[in-house]
Amino acid sequence: MALTNDHTVKAFDEDLNRLRGLISEMGGRAEQALLQAMTALSKGDLDLAAQVVRDDKKIDALEAEVEQLTVQTIALRAPMADDLREMIAALKIVSVVERIGDYAKNIAKRVALMDQTRSIEAIPVLMSMSNIVVELVHDALDSFAARDAELAVRVTVRDKNVDDFYNSIFRTLVTFMMENPKYISESAHLLFVAKNLERMGDHATNIAEMVYYVVTGERMEERERGETPEESAAAEKEQG
Amino acid sequence: MTQEDLTITDPKMKAHGVNVFYGEKQAIKDVSIDVGTDLVTAFIGPSGCGKSTFLRSLNRMNDTVASARVTGQIELDGEDIYAPSMDVVQLRARVGMVFQKPNPFPKSIYDNVGYGPRIHGLAPSKADLDVIVERALVRAGLWDEVKDRLGESGTALSGGQQQRLCIARAIAVDPEVILMDEPCSALDPIATAKIEELIHELRGKYAIVIVTHNMQQAARVSQRTAFFHLGTLVEYGKTTDIFTNPRQERTKDYITGRYG
Repeated sequence: MALTNDHTVKAFDEDLNRLRGLISEMGGRAEQALLQAMTALSKGDLDLAAQVVRDDKKIDALEAEVEQLTVQTIALRAPMADDLREMIAALKIVSVVERIGDYAKNIAKRVALMDQTRSIEAIPVLMSMSNIVVELVHDALDSFAARDAELAVRVTVRDKNVDDFYNSIFRTLVTFMMENPKYISESAHLLFVAKNLERMGDHATNIAEMVYYVVTGERMEERERGETPEESAAAEKEQG
Repeated sequence: MTQEDLTITDPKMKAHGVNVFYGEKQAIKDVSIDVGTDLVTAFIGPSGCGKSTFLRSLNRMNDTVASARVTGQIELDGEDIYAPSMDVVQLRARVGMVFQKPNPFPKSIYDNVGYGPRIHGLAPSKADLDVIVERALVRAGLWDEVKDRLGESGTALSGGQQQRLCIARAIAVDPEVILMDEPCSALDPIATAKIEELIHELRGKYAIVIVTHNMQQAARVSQRTAFFHLGTLVEYGKTTDIFTNPRQERTKDYITGRYG
């Protein structure tokens, strides 16, 4: 396994370790951004929300650094087999983590737009949903750090829970909007928050799929995925 | 050894249970491998792994080493090349060889290429030989560079040109298989690229087997790769599979630079 078996050229191992460190740091920051954005949302904490928006620049900078290091390593070391797969995965994973950071930023930006709505019942459910998403992102990145294909598979399976949450929140919010037309604008924002969380879950799955590829050299079988309301509606339309 | 992804329906050469000994020392242990007709096959592995020894057993070049002994079966088009009835000179015309260092004869460019066809009786007349020499030099990508000085000595050419001259020499006797033992290790990157391009051009006309220490080269020029280690064939598969997802830990360690 790559972690225990060193390259003859030590500088190659140093590059790989630096790459893994950068990805780990980037993932940690994305997780933190999500946690802080959701805290800001539930508490109406505008300062914390602003901080999430500011900190996103650091995530973007880390992505650029990983991209540069990966290109450099491919050019200089000509990696093969699992090393090559790791380079490709690193490139894809950081672009996904960057997206997760953007979604967190997007949630944080909505905090200022919806200060009357903290009594909406969907918010505690969104908090539970975001806890699962944070876990998924965390485990997906852990599976990368540990080269753990089984953990990666479990992440993709658990993403179904996030999709279920999204479907349930979607219905709750639509009902709430019909009953309280006054809060349609705020509810729409919360719907976007739910959608962002659902997308982050999908991105955690993408990371897990890349980890599976790095470790095994095979593509993960297309998982059973729960459909979002949009997808069900589209499917019904096609059939009808 | 894994064999799952191998689809060589029409092997040019088949080796089965081959052992090679130098005196008491066993250099190759029970190697079985099929060489595809329309394919470039690369042998890779650390120094002393036996890949060159095995390559040399494919045209009985090991016969020239007094202590060498080969057991097992090696067939060319279904014919046992170690059978007593096999004409070794004829065999080496059918299975040509290009070596690590270019070794042109100290003769003219024309004679370097024309010598083989002449002694094998392939050219009844001077005009026939002219055609054969030109065709071989064209195929070896050297014609345009030497057509106006065919009378000059082969040794006066640059290293890369000399190596292409040696390839032209191998081609001139119309072989079925060309064995290349580290053909680019003495060449600069440009000359190397020209040889690699030539290998690409020759694919399909001859079965090609190349031994190389340069794994990027194996990856670039071959469709099948065999990894040798300590005299055994560890893994043989499609080149893309070997370099992106090898099945054997030893292969992976070698190609990723964790060997040693």
